[in-house]
Amino acid sequence: MDLDTLTGCLASSACLVTQTTSGFIIGMLLFLVAVGLTLIFGVLKVVNFSHGAFYMFGAYFAMTAYQLTGSFALAMLCGAAGTALLGLIFERVFMSRVYGRDVLMQVLVCYAFVLIFDDVVRMIWGPEFKSMGMPAAFQIPPLFIAGGVVPPYYLLLIAVALVAAIVLGLGLARTRIGKVIRAAAHNPGMVSALGINTGLIYGGVFALGGMLAGLAGALAAPVRSLTPGMGFSVLIESFIVTVIGGMGSILGALIGALLIGMIRSFGSLGFPLFTEGLMYLFMVIVLVSRPTGLFGKEVA
Amino acid sequence: MTRTRKPGISRRSTLALMGAGAVTFATPWVARAQAKTIKVGMPTILSGRVAQLGTSSRNGVMLEVEKVNAAGGLAGRQIEMVIRDSKGQPQEAARVARELVNTDGCELLIDAEASSGAFAVHEVARDLGVLCIHTNSETSALTADPKQHIPNAFRTARQGVHDSIVGGSYAAAISKAKGLKKWATCAPDYAYGRDTTGEFTLYLKRFAPDVEIISESWPKLFQPDYTEVVTKILQAKPQALYSCLWGGDLTSYIDQANIYALFTQMEVFAVNMADYTALTVVKNLPKGIHSGNRYIKTYPATAENAAWGDAYKAKYNEYPTNWSWENATAIMLLAEASKKANSADGKKIAEALRGLKIKSPFGADGTVTMRAEDQTLIGYAIGWGTTIPQEPYVPEVKPGDWKTILELEAEWKKSKGYT
Repeated sequence: MDLDTLTGCLASSACLVTQTTSGFIIGMLLFLVAVGLTLIFGVLKVVNFSHGAFYMFGAYFAMTAYQLTGSFALAMLCGAAGTALLGLIFERVFMSRVYGRDVLMQVLVCYAFVLIFDDVVRMIWGPEFKSMGMPAAFQIPPLFIAGGVVPPYYLLLIAVALVAAIVLGLGLARTRIGKVIRAAAHNPGMVSALGINTGLIYGGVFALGGMLAGLAGALAAPVRSLTPGMGFSVLIESFIVTVIGGMGSILGALIGALLIGMIRSFGSLGFPLFTEGLMYLFMVIVLVSRPTGLFGKEVA
Repeated sequence: MTRTRKPGISRRSTLALMGAGAVTFATPWVARAQAKTIKVGMPTILSGRVAQLGTSSRNGVMLEVEKVNAAGGLAGRQIEMVIRDSKGQPQEAARVARELVNTDGCELLIDAEASSGAFAVHEVARDLGVLCIHTNSETSALTADPKQHIPNAFRTARQGVHDSIVGGSYAAAISKAKGLKKWATCAPDYAYGRDTTGEFTLYLKRFAPDVEIISESWPKLFQPDYTEVVTKILQAKPQALYSCLWGGDLTSYIDQANIYALFTQMEVFAVNMADYTALTVVKNLPKGIHSGNRYIKTYPATAENAAWGDAYKAKYNEYPTNWSWENATAIMLLAEASKKANSADGKKIAEALRGLKIKSPFGADGTVTMRAEDQTLIGYAIGWGTTIPQEPYVPEVKPGDWKTILELEAEWKKSKGYT
């Protein structure tokens, strides 16, 4: 334990700003992955264990697009669009066959694809780690806000994730499609009876979830090394986020992800040897006091 | 109309099976006819996150085996490599090693495992008495600890303590010259990271006693994001940073630290930076990172070394790694020892290996020696320098002095109770 460092940090604006943005970066990327996971669970009622693979594909698609075109915007677009398409195909061809089946069956299908997708990446891009590199536009000195260090690229990253969160939240709450999705989550039989193609909705939601994870991967690609299997550790943390926030809740995913980000960022100062443990400890506390998560609804 | 297949074995498949059986049974006879080949077993990591460790080890071995076979093999017997994947799991490495000897009839073992697996294979070698050369494990205790010592096991890899002595004295010299008193460390949280960091700081403080470690970070191995570690180090405001992160972890760390302009705020010493696997992957390599040499074809700056690096690149379309030279050295030593003993017998080769000095492209003075007392490699090229973002990547390497290394190593062994 190193509480002096932690209290020292909380007293200094420079440290506070740096660590808070650092928590935001970790949290917002995690949010993009976790929100897809929670959305898919909320509507399709499956726990998508292969979700990390979409994060991985997003990163690889972005890297390849960036190498081919040199355009960062196009790289992000390819990362998101590519994984959306992949998600749609994956849902229509495979996942749609196991809805309503035994959970074990669903987990097995997903786990099989974790392995298959990793090997596909290995075959296409090779087993060794890769790096996309920071686009020239962002190779600029960090900003100093109240003495704290804030890299411009991370500001963009946080902004993109925030926009995604807002669009998603408003979209689900205010638009017609959002209403249909919520209805399908609640009672798919009735929605289908009203003449709405639920298959399309399921495919669309899965594609959206995949796209968000892919976007996270694409945004992370310039700063994280790309390897087959890179989705796994992100998936574990996303599960922690959804457990804390409540399965199926978008706001819960946002709050949960930010909490995890802050725990990592400030925990590494105060409890350098127990940062990981702190995350799990927090999860246990939430599970004991609110088994459905902070924003999860009671199961009727 | 669809034709239905009857279940059960058809006549055609029965015939095929019989044919296959006949071939299988005939094989031992064929093998006997060519009893001149000598099988060398090699457990290594060919799948998973560090598969590169295994493939570049295999490449290093095969490059040399071809030369040895072309020159007549080991005492007239052609080498046949039997290379198996251990998936990086110690128990699997031990199982594979045992199987290679007992079932496949391998007479020698090249153990190209990381440290965790190497200790497991070492026990198999102790049990079976087969000649075994450890090529990748750099953990000092594997050969330094007398409890580990067996007459039939050798090591052709670097040794952690050598690296730490050279790194510590190099870093101390720069510390003194630039007045770097406040240091931070950042290393992966497992045996290698802990040991190497401990040994490095030990020698750094020994050569520069006023150095103080003000911040330590221990991220998980294979952690995807280091942002909180980067910002923590920035908060501590050290003058210098030591890290033994490696591979993809190191490149992630550099990319993430770069956007915080960490490299402009302190001197960075990253022992594993100067390996082609990391150098060629990082897109925006900061100038002036201090690193130990791993394998680099410009150091030692000899024609032999450059030629070896180029030959490897021509054959495998990538640069050799640290493990490539360590594995190639095992074959070079085996070939020389076998020549000296005029035999391919494991025991006789082992006898000849002890104290054997051979010409080598990787030697600090053009030779490397298999030290007799603890059967580990000494005299290999070892040094530190600073990086630039394009070839030759490390333009100037300050060589470590083997006389000092050996003196301090002896002292270290005494302090550990190994002698």
